[in-house]
Amino acid sequence: MLRIDCPWCGIRDEQEFVCGGEAQILRPAEPQQVSDAQWSDYLFNRRNHKGRQHERWQHRYGCRQWFNLVRDTHTHRIFAVYRVSDPPPDLGGAVSE
Amino acid sequence: MNARQAFRLGEGGRIDRHRTLGFTFDGRRYEGHPGDTLASALLANGVRVVGRSSKFHRPRGVLSCGAEEPNALVCVGQGGLEEPNVRATQQPLYEGLVARSQNCWPNVNFDLWRWIDVLHGLFPAGFYNKTFIWPSWRWYEGLIRRAAGLGDLPPAPDPENYAQRNAHYDVLVCGAGPAGLSAALAAAETGQRVMLVEQDTELGGSLLWNTAQIAGRSPDEWLAEVKSRLAAYDNLIVLTNACVSAYFDHDLALIEERVSDGRAAETRAPRERLWKVHAREFVFATGAIEQPLVFPYNDRPGIMLSGAVRQYLERFAVVSGKRVVLATNNDSAYCTALALLDAGISVECVVDTRAGIRSAVSEQVRARGIAVLDGCIPAKTSGAKGISAIEIRRVDSRQNQERGPVASLNCDCLAMSGGWQPAVHLLSQARGRLRYDGQLGAFLPQELPKNIRVVGAAAGEVPPCLRATVTASPGRQWIDFQHDVTLQDIGIAVDEGFGSIEHLKRYTTTGMSVDQGKTSNLNALAALAERSGRPPEQIGTTTFRPFYMPVTLAALAGSQSGEFYAPSQRSPIYGCHEQLNAEIRDYGSWRRPAAYPRQGESTAEAIRREALAARNAVALFDGSPLGKIEVRGRDAAEFLNRVYVNQVPTLKSGQARYGIMLNENGVVIDDGIFAKLEEGHFLVHTTSGAAARIYAWLEEWSQSEWPQLDLLLTPVTSQWANIAVSGPAARALLQRLPADIDWSAEKFPHMHIRSGSICAVPARVMRASFTGEVSFEVNVPADFGASLWERLLELGADLGVTPIGVETLMLLRTEKGYMHVGTDTDGNTCALDVGWAAAVEKKSADFIGKRSLMRPNNVRERRFQLVGLLPQERGREVVAGAHVLNEEHRSAPAPTQGYVTSACFSPTLDRWVALGLVCNGRKRMGERVNLFHAGAIQPAIVTAVGAYDPESRRLHA
Repeated sequence: MLRIDCPWCGIRDEQEFVCGGEAQILRPAEPQQVSDAQWSDYLFNRRNHKGRQHERWQHRYGCRQWFNLVRDTHTHRIFAVYRVSDPPPDLGGAVSE
Repeated sequence: MNARQAFRLGEGGRIDRHRTLGFTFDGRRYEGHPGDTLASALLANGVRVVGRSSKFHRPRGVLSCGAEEPNALVCVGQGGLEEPNVRATQQPLYEGLVARSQNCWPNVNFDLWRWIDVLHGLFPAGFYNKTFIWPSWRWYEGLIRRAAGLGDLPPAPDPENYAQRNAHYDVLVCGAGPAGLSAALAAAETGQRVMLVEQDTELGGSLLWNTAQIAGRSPDEWLAEVKSRLAAYDNLIVLTNACVSAYFDHDLALIEERVSDGRAAETRAPRERLWKVHAREFVFATGAIEQPLVFPYNDRPGIMLSGAVRQYLERFAVVSGKRVVLATNNDSAYCTALALLDAGISVECVVDTRAGIRSAVSEQVRARGIAVLDGCIPAKTSGAKGISAIEIRRVDSRQNQERGPVASLNCDCLAMSGGWQPAVHLLSQARGRLRYDGQLGAFLPQELPKNIRVVGAAAGEVPPCLRATVTASPGRQWIDFQHDVTLQDIGIAVDEGFGSIEHLKRYTTTGMSVDQGKTSNLNALAALAERSGRPPEQIGTTTFRPFYMPVTLAALAGSQSGEFYAPSQRSPIYGCHEQLNAEIRDYGSWRRPAAYPRQGESTAEAIRREALAARNAVALFDGSPLGKIEVRGRDAAEFLNRVYVNQVPTLKSGQARYGIMLNENGVVIDDGIFAKLEEGHFLVHTTSGAAARIYAWLEEWSQSEWPQLDLLLTPVTSQWANIAVSGPAARALLQRLPADIDWSAEKFPHMHIRSGSICAVPARVMRASFTGEVSFEVNVPADFGASLWERLLELGADLGVTPIGVETLMLLRTEKGYMHVGTDTDGNTCALDVGWAAAVEKKSADFIGKRSLMRPNNVRERRFQLVGLLPQERGREVVAGAHVLNEEHRSAPAPTQGYVTSACFSPTLDRWVALGLVCNGRKRMGERVNLFHAGAIQPAIVTAVGAYDPESRRLHA
């Protein structure tokens, strides 16, 4: 059971949240102009990284705000939480702990 | 000794001899005392066979004195309170306890299934996989399920309550032996909030039976003082009868507390309480588990763990036998020997696998005149319902080869010790690393997470041992008592290439039973190491996962069962439906009327009557669950233009439109009416089941993808009661209401919305239809829904006003060919498959899913498309789910051409009508196909959707 520090509400249990998968998936600005391959890459391809990963979460049973966090997919340790409007935090060199 | 309890000593033990508790086992009455467990009371009464093994139905007796017990699993309680697979070694005795043995027939002493043991040669490891493949596993499954396995489900629902509780502590100490008690005391002294959890009924752990001095005091004195010091701290909470069974990510411990086991009627307390505890720091003082020795026929009743024999003696004043032999590979069994001698029990000899052993305790035993056969191991035991004799041979520990026999002895108890494995399960769950220690013959904590400490026996304070096995003997040597896995099975697994510990476990099922290998994993590993010629540290161990002990499912469910399983929703008009004796069913989370059968009317007859009333008079439908979302802001139109396939900017105030939404893959996820109330203010209707999902969907896009849009989303589903007034007399009925709304067709055309007041209450009326008739969806504030419903029923009596349920509405919309997303579409259905190609073509702006509609998969041939299906036999039932076959195919197997998604008998058209997803359907209009269901076919013709009023004249009337 993860403990997630919602940037608006503070620390709550994972069951109050839903995970929206990897963050920083960029929707093409002009979808009609991109190739099938580029569009499929946006739709389907994910890094599925073992280590630190930026993710989108929503505090659905709380403030209902979407935000980002950095989680180690192997250890589940959460390194940082930041609002949609904030830039990703600089966590130093190491990709995985 | 007490005549009734022939194996109970006259004095000693932590039992209350002044009181006697009666209990029954397999129908026979016995007596014990408060402080007993069921196992100690059975042993006191000389009951040796308490269970049968799961595979071979071997008679089995009590092996251990605690949580690790693999044999003494019994069924406790009766009726709904019955609980299978209870470890008798942990079950506190209470007055009137009823227990029975498991996995035997007719009883545990005379089990007709024992023929399986005689034929054991036929059932080696992996025999399921090899033997029962012809003609098919299912052919054998019933018999095998009856013959194998442990325990039965209780015959009735459990009437008791199970509670759950969340808590936060600074320090959680697991285990209240001397190490755990000291840790709890130290933590409490710092002022931190501490929880101390002990699975036994009493605090103390080994102090309850180990008579050795601690800190220069007797165990009782030390324990009493620590207890009184602990009691002084109000920052400390102590749980007994509670087991920390799991450790989850982010420092969450799951604790199962047995609160009122078997006594709930007196206490009104829950039977169990499940604690979910977050702690900053953990101390694992979980002790160590003694392992059995592996030798031929080491599974007979009377063969027990040496520490257990000592515990029964010291704590319960129960002797496990009157002529005891000890067999060990470490020093701990000598302490048992001394305790037995002190109690006046005859100790025949101590067999030690270690040669030339001269430790202090072994010298003490020798000094009392007891023979120590060092460098020896039991080679054979005999006795049908319990051990009666033992043969001892010399073991060459370097080669693990047996030599000649040394002695043959009679005995009724063999106390064995195969070394001690620290209980590192929780640590392993918490991702602590383990290492194998050759001296101790056990896995020890190596790397600990920062906030976890391991203390006491769990940290490796256990005696060194020497592992040895009798490899050359033909006799079966048990590794896993519960699953009947023997040394020979390990050999088979290795020979067949399952030499990895993970493969071995799954192939032989060792360690996979209820006890999760607490007394077998280590021996399996040692046997595998020896057999494959690799050192144990190279083999490693399987990962310990939650749960350490079995957790009652009801405790995990807590109060979430029965009507509290999931929340249900009711419309504000629900009371009116009940008064009309509606047939209420679950639709998603909503409890809604399916139909309103009258006295003597079947549901089908009611649906037919209601459908005809909607077509010929006027129907009322409670549409309150309909999803309603208000979208406001400067960019509301722009936002909706991005989420709907439809053109939104062209919509004028007061107009409404039927729209569909896609996900980014182009798949239809919802449909419904959206309307423009005024500039920058829209009302979005979603399907009832999708209200929460679509609101979350809009939220996600607005917050994550387009946060720059000026937008406010508000879900208002439950603010408004919604009554759809539908049918040729709908307008006539509504005109009777006091309202400031002009209902005429000219002033209020189809697909428009009006705000006003009805009966002096604010109202929003949407002219939109899901029936195909003239329909007005009247929305009033939720609290006024019921009175409007009643008023409409009164006012429309002479017009034939009829309440209709969800099933009737489904019939009407199927007749009319209106799709129901999720019923007539599936997870592959894109906008183009449901007839929206032209709309997509026309809209130049981007919207969610648009680009995907250009992907090759969405524009290819042979897609399943939504069409009407007109069955050619008017009166013959069509079943939703029936396959569509090409006309030349009249039976299966044949390539499917799609399937029927909705079907109903139309009382208006007097025939069955259907919708379906058909391969290339939109290009096959007029084509004859066959509908195939349950071996029979029925011809049908592919048509456009909408069998009823295809020109929609009635809709616009």
